[in-house]
Amino acid sequence: MEVGQMQRTWVEYIKSLFREGFLDSQFSQLQLLQDESNPDFVVEVVTLFFQDSERLLNDLTRVLEFPNVDFKKVDAHVHQLKGSSSSIGAQRVKNSCIRFRMFCEERNIDGCLKCLQQLKEEYYTVKNRLEALIRLEQQIVAAGGSIPIEELTF
Amino acid sequence: MTAVGDVLRRGLAEDLGVPNGLEELHVLAVDDSLVDRKVIEQLLKISSCKVTAVESGTRALQYLGLDGEKSTAALNDLKINLIMTDYSMPGMSGYELLKKIKGSSAFREVPVVIMSSENILARINRCLEEGAEEFILKPVKLSDVKRLKDFIMRGEGEEKGKRRAPKRKLRDDVFTCDELTLESPTKFSAKRSTSLV
Repeated sequence: MEVGQMQRTWVEYIKSLFREGFLDSQFSQLQLLQDESNPDFVVEVVTLFFQDSERLLNDLTRVLEFPNVDFKKVDAHVHQLKGSSSSIGAQRVKNSCIRFRMFCEERNIDGCLKCLQQLKEEYYTVKNRLEALIRLEQQIVAAGGSIPIEELTF
Repeated sequence: MTAVGDVLRRGLAEDLGVPNGLEELHVLAVDDSLVDRKVIEQLLKISSCKVTAVESGTRALQYLGLDGEKSTAALNDLKINLIMTDYSMPGMSGYELLKKIKGSSAFREVPVVIMSSENILARINRCLEEGAEEFILKPVKLSDVKRLKDFIMRGEGEEKGKRRAPKRKLRDDVFTCDELTLESPTKFSAKRSTSLV
């Protein structure tokens, strides 16, 4: 595939991620922060997000396994995940966290468990999408092209 | 070792109270989230600021020499133009850090900006009353950093304490994916919602 075609594929793909609500404008902000002196910024911050999220999801699973659930702890973890997903523009993950916190407030264990399941699904889905996007970007760069972020306007 | 010329230039700039054009603004960023620290660091770097990012209020006080451990004489050279701190942090909150900074003789004039993902009026008021320059809703954007930087650059040369940064209206630029519109096959833009939720 030649560079122009790859770039068009990238534009269509990222547009679909915005359209389907996986990503919001904050992700575009991250693209704007990447330049020649920091060419891997987006990959780096997305990787940090993956590591952070998986740690938090593990912590959440453990805390919710206890017979006497510590809802304050659950809320603290979800709050953290909400923050980091918001910072990178992972909109669906963020929204799942917002719903999750409501069940925490109600001390609704069933609601929390359902939300955790949903949160995991949303997280792994966006992780797959982002990994695919990054692979496309790497292919474009390897072929000598640049990522056409000017095609995204806010 | 600095050259004599550098020392003279810096001294002159300090007398004028204006950041030397050759010097970068130095921002201390405080946030317990690794992801947020990375983002804020890059936002500031790309805005040509020097950044020191720490993970807690305790570490921030240590860095500033306000933890009572070090002699503050050692920190006379430390020039901080702006402190940006997250509000909700384990241990010391951003609010508590703000109070300690405003209570210090060395750093009380340094503008402190609080960042938070939660739009809670009581929280905002509390921070502003304690002397915070501004309260920024997360996620922090490039336009926020630019606005702050412009304010610092102007404010450094003016009478201290009289100016306030133009504040971003807290709900000014909230919009959802529903409001993204496709204008053409290759370009799309977002409509901004200005309604208060």
